Amino acid sequence: MVPLQSVCLLFVALGALAVVVTQDVVRQAILFSIYGFSLVVLFVIFQAPDVALSALVVGGIAYPLVLVSAIARVAAQRKRK
Amino acid sequence: MSVLPYLLAAWIFLAGLYGIVSSRNLIHLVVCVSVCQSATYVLLLAVGYKKGGTAPVFADIPSSRRVVDPVVQSLTLTDLVVAVAVSALLLSLALKVYDHHESLDPGEVTELAG
Amino acid sequence: MSTRIRFVIFALGALGLGALLVHGVVDLPSFGNYPGPYGDLIAKLAPKERHMVNTVTAVVFDYRGFDTMGEELLLFGAASAVALLLRERREEDVHGVDDRVTSPAVRGVGALAAVMLLVIGLNVVSHGFITPGGGFQGGVILASAFAVVFLTVEYRAYREIATTSFGEPVEAFGAGAYVGLGLVALGFGLSFLQNFMELGIPGRLSSGGSAIFVNFSSALAVFGGFLVIFSEYIEENMRERHQ
Repeated sequence: MVPLQSVCLLFVALGALAVVVTQDVVRQAILFSIYGFSLVVLFVIFQAPDVALSALVVGGIAYPLVLVSAIARVAAQRKRK
Repeated sequence: MSVLPYLLAAWIFLAGLYGIVSSRNLIHLVVCVSVCQSATYVLLLAVGYKKGGTAPVFADIPSSRRVVDPVVQSLTLTDLVVAVAVSALLLSLALKVYDHHESLDPGEVTELAG
Repeated sequence: MSTRIRFVIFALGALGLGALLVHGVVDLPSFGNYPGPYGDLIAKLAPKERHMVNTVTAVVFDYRGFDTMGEELLLFGAASAVALLLRERREEDVHGVDDRVTSPAVRGVGALAAVMLLVIGLNVVSHGFITPGGGFQGGVILASAFAVVFLTVEYRAYREIATTSFGEPVEAFGAGAYVGLGLVALGFGLSFLQNFMELGIPGRLSSGGSAIFVNFSSALAVFGGFLVIFSEYIEENMRERHQ
């Protein structure tokens, strides 16, 4: 296996572990975006440009928007009480 | 190591499961479910990879060139987009739980209140 | 049950599951030696038979269009369920929220980015059978063009261009048109969702036959579904800030 592929697999493994271990949700949202970008690089290395494009738009815009909206709504409700 | 990507998929899935079990916040739990789903994407694409193959788009390459499998790529790309909608649904369920119980901790929202 | 007992049970379960996964994975053909016939067959036949140069989009919208219909209806159901859950609390729409972004640089770049994303999204959708792209990716890019307006300009501008009565008909039309195209194929005497039009020249924008319409309808459905989901979440946020 090409060394580039091995390094990318290592990054994805470390990224998954980092996302799971973080307990603060705001930090986890940012780490999940970074994990999504490392997945995009992995998909490009696996010669799948369609999947990489899909993962890029989803992990870059759609998922963080929904996640951060939910977090901000809960935080605003908590502060109001 | 020729089975390393498949082991990576197993590792990501187990890491996501650990996150679900050890979670103290429902939003954290939804993100860990997404991590579990991403393990299947890695497994599917690793199964379809062919050594020396290129992307299965024949726009500017001769049609005799070796390409990777397009069927698993089609499964993965629709799956990615739909997974976001399902995660949005799970997050809205978490928000409703917060409305009723004033807490996002899975350990505290154990009783099924009316 | 206490946390320690939960962790012990999880550790035992994870060991067992991990052992089974490793045992199952070791017998797969090694990475890079893809043996199966289907991928090679489709890569050989799709440009010749179907005149579609992008084999992935050919599989998504032509060879396996029925599975894509299922995925799209899943998206439709999830968006409807989000709207159902999150609208229960709101009696009326949110007015009078002032959250203008004051920096003119951010507003300018945001407006420009929204227009560019719109054009890029339409480009990605329509070139789905020639380059990597297609209805799913392009639909999400189109929805994010509207979301960028909310993020960089203000909430009122977003409400003017993307009211909830705009996203839902678009999504419903996209999902319905997909099924309708399958029924039209039935009406021509072919099987459900079979390609019933002239296939065109491979490598040109006109290639694909009736799968072009399938592509566009799925792009509309994905665009509408994501617009509904974004609108619900954004409105939840504005409601909290308003009170």
